[in-house]
Amino acid sequence: MIETDGLTKHFDEFVAVEDVSLAVHAGEVLALLGPNGAGKTTTVRMLTSILIPTRGTARVAGYDIVTQAEQVRASVGVLTESHGLYLRMKGREYLDFFGQLYSMDEAKRRRQGKALAERFGLHDVLDRRIGEYSKGMRQKLALIRSMMHDPPVLLLDEPTSAMDPHSARQVRDAIRDLRKDGRAIILCTHNLAEAEELADRIAIIRRGRIIVQGTALELKARLLGPPLLELRFVNNPDGFVERLSGLVEVESSGHNWVRYRVADPQTINPQVLAIAAEHQMKVVTLSEVPQSLEEVYLRVVSEG
Amino acid sequence: MATLASPVEQTQSRTSLHHQMQMLWWNLSRALIVTRREVLDMFRDWRIIVPAALLTMIFPYIANWGAGRMVRWVQEYGADIVGERLVPFLLMVVGFFPITFSLVIALETFVGEKERRSLEPLLSTPLTNTQLYLGKTLSATIPPVAGSLLGITVYLLGVKGNINWAPPTVLLIQVILLTVLQALVMVSGAVIVSGQTTSVRAANLLASFIIIPMSFLIQAEALIMFWAEYGALWWIIVGLVVLDIVLTRMGVRIFNREGLLGKEMDELNLGLGIKKLVRLALARRREGPRRNAWQWYRDEVLGTVGRSWGAILLVVGALAGAYLIGLRYADVYRIPPHIFIVNNWYQRFLDVLGESGLHGVGGVLLVLLQNWRVLAVASLLAVFSFGVLAVLILMVPVALVGYLVSQMAMAGMDPMVLWAALIPHSIIELPAAILAGAVAIRVGASILAPPPGKTVGEGWLEALADAGRLWITLILPLLVIAAVVEVYVTPYLVGLAAGGG
Repeated sequence: MIETDGLTKHFDEFVAVEDVSLAVHAGEVLALLGPNGAGKTTTVRMLTSILIPTRGTARVAGYDIVTQAEQVRASVGVLTESHGLYLRMKGREYLDFFGQLYSMDEAKRRRQGKALAERFGLHDVLDRRIGEYSKGMRQKLALIRSMMHDPPVLLLDEPTSAMDPHSARQVRDAIRDLRKDGRAIILCTHNLAEAEELADRIAIIRRGRIIVQGTALELKARLLGPPLLELRFVNNPDGFVERLSGLVEVESSGHNWVRYRVADPQTINPQVLAIAAEHQMKVVTLSEVPQSLEEVYLRVVSEG
Repeated sequence: MATLASPVEQTQSRTSLHHQMQMLWWNLSRALIVTRREVLDMFRDWRIIVPAALLTMIFPYIANWGAGRMVRWVQEYGADIVGERLVPFLLMVVGFFPITFSLVIALETFVGEKERRSLEPLLSTPLTNTQLYLGKTLSATIPPVAGSLLGITVYLLGVKGNINWAPPTVLLIQVILLTVLQALVMVSGAVIVSGQTTSVRAANLLASFIIIPMSFLIQAEALIMFWAEYGALWWIIVGLVVLDIVLTRMGVRIFNREGLLGKEMDELNLGLGIKKLVRLALARRREGPRRNAWQWYRDEVLGTVGRSWGAILLVVGALAGAYLIGLRYADVYRIPPHIFIVNNWYQRFLDVLGESGLHGVGGVLLVLLQNWRVLAVASLLAVFSFGVLAVLILMVPVALVGYLVSQMAMAGMDPMVLWAALIPHSIIELPAAILAGAVAIRVGASILAPPPGKTVGEGWLEALADAGRLWITLILPLLVIAAVVEVYVTPYLVGLAAGGG
């Protein structure tokens, strides 16, 4: 649904995006992460056929972003960085306006607008002026706008910013449903927990280049090393650490716990437990220490 | 998913008139979606509605009251003509005032949305550049024009009741046309400015380029109205139609989604600009194998001449036309033949050349400086007039030549003397002037229609680089040679022609 090959954008002497190649298939969510000014918005604008790439190619929903710009824009729903709402309009009018721009007939505009408004809890404020909406309500309205015409591709920039937890949950559930419906979604977010929860794959962009991309598990394994496990005992595991050397890489230990890394937990962990049982060590828990996407992200953006 | 193409696109031949009309209707209907939203939004803003209502309803009433009082007062002194001219003049003023706020609306139509950050969602829709541009232009034009027409109606009803005056139909049509066309010119210009700047403040500052010419135009129209030479208004109407077409075409052509969103600041990087200009002037083509001097000259200089063929033809045609105009008006404005009879005129000719310093190296420099100055001024004025003034300036001396040749022939003089005085250096100077005019036109016109894929600035820089390259490698050398010929050869040939050399 979205394919880019060497996508590059220069503004005079400034290189905003360099050689970005990625692919997002139908039913997939790609989280595009990166610090401010990394090139995320420029990439999204090229995929919306607003900016013309300096080099490289991209196709969105099968259409070339340069030669078939109108078809691309008809196939894409964009939630921009800032709301971009007309404050003197009523919510209903606003959705109707954009529905017309996407060539939806009146009945469909009304139906779709109502359904989406109900889904996101805006149905009772649609007849109020947007200027009277809270920040979260405006964000939801902007999101509804991006979904009005039922696009196969969605480019969402910070979809849950300014939202309360309940609203944010609604939006995330909607994104999951859209994925199930076979949409291709690019999600730009600084909320790493959200990215890890929703994204099938993650791409981290820095200074215009994609530094790493893959699933969250792949990135963690590649950048943070093998999984970190923690074994907790009832008593002090005197001498136990020495017995584990050779089998696992012990990272740290405490008065009743030990942490170790192992590339193949499925094979090694039973052996560790067997050793503990041999020495009559009373095991409380054996669990994986969560390695967060934040650690991956910080390692990537701080390098070089 | 949204459909976007016109339903008829796939079934009709692209070239049929019916198809073109349907495409036009399709584009208009899409544009009107934007127009409707903008107009409705306008009417929700009291800061637009209140002044509009005042100008539309109150001012015509005031004008009507003033006209009535003035007419009755001047009639007491037998100066009826003042009243007769004032009433139609106020009709024009009443029509003009409401369209002044079209400028404000149009100036912020793109850049205002950009500042409010509502532009990107609009640019992300399937609207084409033409549809978006047209929609915005119409939204800035329709309400003020409607206000003008309403104001004119209020005024006419008032003066009819007050002093029983109604305008001749032709004058009424002229005033309505002028009002609409002036609104369109101001809006088109303002929308162009709005699309090319990065802030409303910058757009307002650039609006002086619209306000000043329009104010001159209004003053000219006022003179015509008081002079009651209403026929002259048709020329203004024709000029406004041409200007509307040019500005609209220019606006659509240079409208650039990328420029609207990409630039955050209006930045004038002179250093970078000059570097680019020099680089382009040295070599338009950067890739490819190394070239020797002739190859460079052939590609870059002669190539530029080849690229300018259209402008060259235009200048040649204009100069030919100027010559014919000179011939034509020789009959209308005759110089008494005795003026051409001068005793010992060849000696007088040489004396004048000596007195004005047109001899020797100093003379060559003088001639060169004069020619360069004229062509430089023409080139400079081309920038501000889309190339038009450059052509007009070049036409003047040629028209004079045509006029003088005809006068001399009518006086019975042998025109060979004049040809001897002109041809030797003109066969070198004229091509230089034509080339200078052609590249000046390209510089001026590059603003109207930059090459595809390039911004206005990039297109202008390329045209300027072409002009600079041609000036240095061809035009200036030709002018130098022409100056040498004019100072050293022409007097000798004039003497031969006169039999006194």
